Amino acid sequence: MAALDETHDRRNRGLWIALALPGAIWLLVLFVVPFYVMLSVAGGGVNEFFQTVVPIWNPLHWSSWNFSAVWHDIFGTGAFIGPSALRTLLYTAIATVISLAIAYPVAYFVSRYARRRKTLFLVLLIAPFWVSYMMRMLAWIDLLQQGGFFNSALSFVGLPGNTDWLGGKSVTVILGLVYGYIPYVILVLYAFLDRIDQSMLEAARDLGLSKWRTFCHVTVPLSKPAIIAATFITALPMLGDYYTNQLLSGAAGTTMIGNAIEGQLNSPGEIGQGAVLSLMLLVVLLIPMIYYVVSTARASMENA
Amino acid sequence: MASAVDESVTTSPPSRTDLAGRGRPRGNPWRRPWAMEGFTWLYIVWSIVPIAIAVLFSFNKGASQATWQGFSTKWYVGNQVTSVLHNPSLHQAVIQTLVLAVLTTLICVPIGVGFAIGIDRWRTRTSNGLNIVMIFSFVIPELLLAVALFLLVTQALTFIKLGTPAEVAGLVVWNISWPAIIVRARLVSIGRSYEEAACDLGASRLGAIRRVLLPLLMPAIFASAVLVFASTVDDFVIVEQLSSTANTQPMSVLIYSNVHAGLSGPALNALATIMLLLSLLAALIGFVGYRWMSRGERTKSTAEALTGIAGI
Repeated sequence: MAALDETHDRRNRGLWIALALPGAIWLLVLFVVPFYVMLSVAGGGVNEFFQTVVPIWNPLHWSSWNFSAVWHDIFGTGAFIGPSALRTLLYTAIATVISLAIAYPVAYFVSRYARRRKTLFLVLLIAPFWVSYMMRMLAWIDLLQQGGFFNSALSFVGLPGNTDWLGGKSVTVILGLVYGYIPYVILVLYAFLDRIDQSMLEAARDLGLSKWRTFCHVTVPLSKPAIIAATFITALPMLGDYYTNQLLSGAAGTTMIGNAIEGQLNSPGEIGQGAVLSLMLLVVLLIPMIYYVVSTARASMENA
Repeated sequence: MASAVDESVTTSPPSRTDLAGRGRPRGNPWRRPWAMEGFTWLYIVWSIVPIAIAVLFSFNKGASQATWQGFSTKWYVGNQVTSVLHNPSLHQAVIQTLVLAVLTTLICVPIGVGFAIGIDRWRTRTSNGLNIVMIFSFVIPELLLAVALFLLVTQALTFIKLGTPAEVAGLVVWNISWPAIIVRARLVSIGRSYEEAACDLGASRLGAIRRVLLPLLMPAIFASAVLVFASTVDDFVIVEQLSSTANTQPMSVLIYSNVHAGLSGPALNALATIMLLLSLLAALIGFVGYRWMSRGERTKSTAEALTGIAGI
């Protein structure tokens, strides 16, 4: 049967190529080529007079001018990128851990115990997924403003209710990130946890493990891929996030690496440095990305 | 006699109480986990109530977002200056969002579906490489793709103008992985036998695809179309980097730039509510359509349809 498939496939190769071609061209021209342009801009120079970017297309002629400028911004005196890079890592790590800590019990409950009410819970968990990110941030801006509900609630229970939550607080930005990305964490965890074979858990219980030990020795190891996938799916976009902190704080003390990239992109003379910084972020993220892509590709090969 | 029977029954399979005697006593395994359920409800309240309040205050009579001053639709239609209907920049943003979402869906879904079928059948080193490129486009942080696209259209392919053309080009490449991944997964689960049968009965390869494979793929194609549409409505990073003038700013960018400039107000809440309704409408159409299209297959549960439409 497989041999038959293959002869059919070979005879129709032209058709398969024709079907794949538009998407393939789109991906090459608008996904692969742009990153070569990014390299050329990063390795290029600046026209001092017009303050415009001069990309160098030949890799042999790439200059290190932008790289040394960025190096200076990261490690030199008055460096502003280094601190925001560290802050990005810190915010992302904390927000990811909090998201997982909230999402795991919720996903675990819905996948294992919701039973006939599963549909209801899924609708409620998927709902925020369909609400735009901007809307969700806007909702918190309304609540957290100085005369807003959150401060009123605080003063109602006797706490100081005049905190300026939107004036540059790391707590606000981290909770904003958690609020923004947690629906994805829950959906990914749910999708994996729901596929765990219940009979494995029953077997563990029948063999005498306590509820808690079943959870530790069976459920948690089985949900390791889920936790890894959920971590990727939230940490990767968080590392490139620049709008959450702008909306919820806007202060220089909460900027992230995305803000540095965005800022440089918007000032004509520094576009090359923005490209360098983007490349650096890309290189750092390439390792987790390759891991994710390889494991996904392997899984799809196994299914195919 | 009766007691002897009882004993034999309790001893032959190791019963619950025996095991409990060995380890710690165990509770009723069918007990409802109240703490976890309470936590889940708390999460749901936390995730939904702020949005509900924001929606509510878009109907506020006054301009405050903290004091309720009565119901009114003035921020949608009534106010002659700042309502979504009368403020040109606000309703332009609604139109731009719709234009982008429709164009992106119309381009992205056909080429994504073709890509999925082609890659699944072609199976050479080239197709594997292209597949990997596609998965990379799924995991790359949006900001990096947006920066690369910005540099592409400003430095190299300058005939793609910033504004709607660049936005659509970027949104298509950012979203192409939805149809490609979802349709490919469906292809794998369908298998080849239906198509082979059609060919054995005399259908041409293209005819078999059109008459047999595409109808079978329809639920997946539809689900991915809904996802592409909703994700385009929601998109911010790519459209922000690739928009040019205020005319090409969709709702998400307008909300961001206004809030950033300290100009939040009920009209913005109204705009966000319209955006919300648009996405929810897409979700509803998606859910109903998905169930309708996959009717007659082994009875799909509502939960399966829900996760199918959410792309997981």
